[in-house]
Amino acid sequence: MPLALVLSAQAGAVIYGIHSDSLASPWQILRAAGTLLTDGTLWAMMRQTLLAALAGLLLGGGAGLACAIVLGLSPSLSRLFRYPIEVLRPIPSIAILPIFLMIYGFGYRMEIAIVAFACFWPNLIIGQAAVAGVEPRLLEVSRVLGLGFGARVVKIVIPAALPRLFLAFRLAAAVALIVAVTVEIAMNPQGMGYELMSAQSSLRPDAMFAILLYIGLLGWALNAMLLFAQQRLFGVAAAAPPA
Amino acid sequence: MNSKPLTIVEPVATPHTPPEALIRFDQVSLRLGGRVILEGVDFDMRPAEFVCVVGPSGCGKTTLLRLIAGLLRADAGTVTYRGKPVTEPARDIALIFQDYSKALLPWRTAAGNVSLALEAMRTPKAERARRVAELLTKVGLAQHADKYPTQLSGGMQQRLQIARCLAQNPAVLLMDEPFGALDAMTRQTLQDEVLRLAGAGGACVFFVTHDLEEAIYLGDRVIALRPNPGRVAQIFDVRLPRPRNQLTTREDPEFLRLRRSLFDFVQEIEH
Repeated sequence: MPLALVLSAQAGAVIYGIHSDSLASPWQILRAAGTLLTDGTLWAMMRQTLLAALAGLLLGGGAGLACAIVLGLSPSLSRLFRYPIEVLRPIPSIAILPIFLMIYGFGYRMEIAIVAFACFWPNLIIGQAAVAGVEPRLLEVSRVLGLGFGARVVKIVIPAALPRLFLAFRLAAAVALIVAVTVEIAMNPQGMGYELMSAQSSLRPDAMFAILLYIGLLGWALNAMLLFAQQRLFGVAAAAPPA
Repeated sequence: MNSKPLTIVEPVATPHTPPEALIRFDQVSLRLGGRVILEGVDFDMRPAEFVCVVGPSGCGKTTLLRLIAGLLRADAGTVTYRGKPVTEPARDIALIFQDYSKALLPWRTAAGNVSLALEAMRTPKAERARRVAELLTKVGLAQHADKYPTQLSGGMQQRLQIARCLAQNPAVLLMDEPFGALDAMTRQTLQDEVLRLAGAGGACVFFVTHDLEEAIYLGDRVIALRPNPGRVAQIFDVRLPRPRNQLTTREDPEFLRLRRSLFDFVQEIEH
């Protein structure tokens, strides 16, 4: 079906001879995609976007996870921070762009900071629920055995909550890519989002659609990789690998 | 094992000074969520004694156990262990939960679960494997060291939990209806194993059950609780010879007499 649509679009383009500033025929798009691939533009822009997305994901996601564990284990801290979190969380991450632009200027640091802000929340919210949902009996076992706080987190809490923590990480990874590209489209002169905008403003619909295609592929590949990892790690339901 | 629980041979004990209590409840009261769970509970446990606790549900059996474990603290009165008030879990007090499937780490093998207790005690890594193998052999799980808890039967999972507790070298074993969810045959086998292990280790056992016969079969003393609020109603001395035997002990006239008086007693409480 998708193939049929592409073919009919190509047929339409050939038959009616479309010359447009906003549309391109599938063949032209494919050709532009080939050029991007061969002249190295693709790798350069993909590296910039991925670097910012992954660095932001690790920083923000890691911080979110750490906070999630502390809040998940402490009902009183969790109550204390409930309202601050509820107020900060709904801020669209792109809305803090001006602030971070003033602090960091253009470049990686600004982009990474915004991605980190965006990735912090899903990890915090889902992670906190995951940690709070750890079987209370297991926490009692760790108390009776006399495990310290660090050992309790590493040996009981993280392995017990791991499937859901990983889910949070997967969601955050998708958010990271979206936000990185958005920041590039809006402001930051680097990466795939910026190339997309410059293709658009130089009236090159073929390159624009080709970049869009690559962004889609990148997102798909990222998710497929994480899904694969998830199945490898947690495929055997409860009999997860030794932690 | 000494057959008569009240005549523990201790050189320092004269007829007028009772043997020193390992665990002592002194006028212990506890409220949870506005409800009085325990009121004025008083009793002593001696070293190496096997005490069973029975009573209708809601009489605070498990609460007593959690007080000794240091998972709860009394509102009034004190629980002392070796003469010191219990404020937090102690390494040499082990607790065996009824819901073994929730108390075992599903992502660790049998050996890994036992190892957890050794890791908590900071046993050197080189020594752990040997200790784990030794403990699994003790509970008859040597063949199943590499299996995950979900691959083990209920009885085997409970044995695994017992092995993990024995890794703590406990002076006190707290058992919270440990065999309640097991079938009759498995239950009898495990009863005998617990008697053997407790006898060999010289541990003091605090055993909560709702099965009156089990309480008599295992215990040196049976503490019967009365509900609303929970308090000690009566303490029965079990003067049955050890080692106990599933057939002869249960046919012993003393066993039948105790069984009758406990049943009558519980009937009376419930009316």
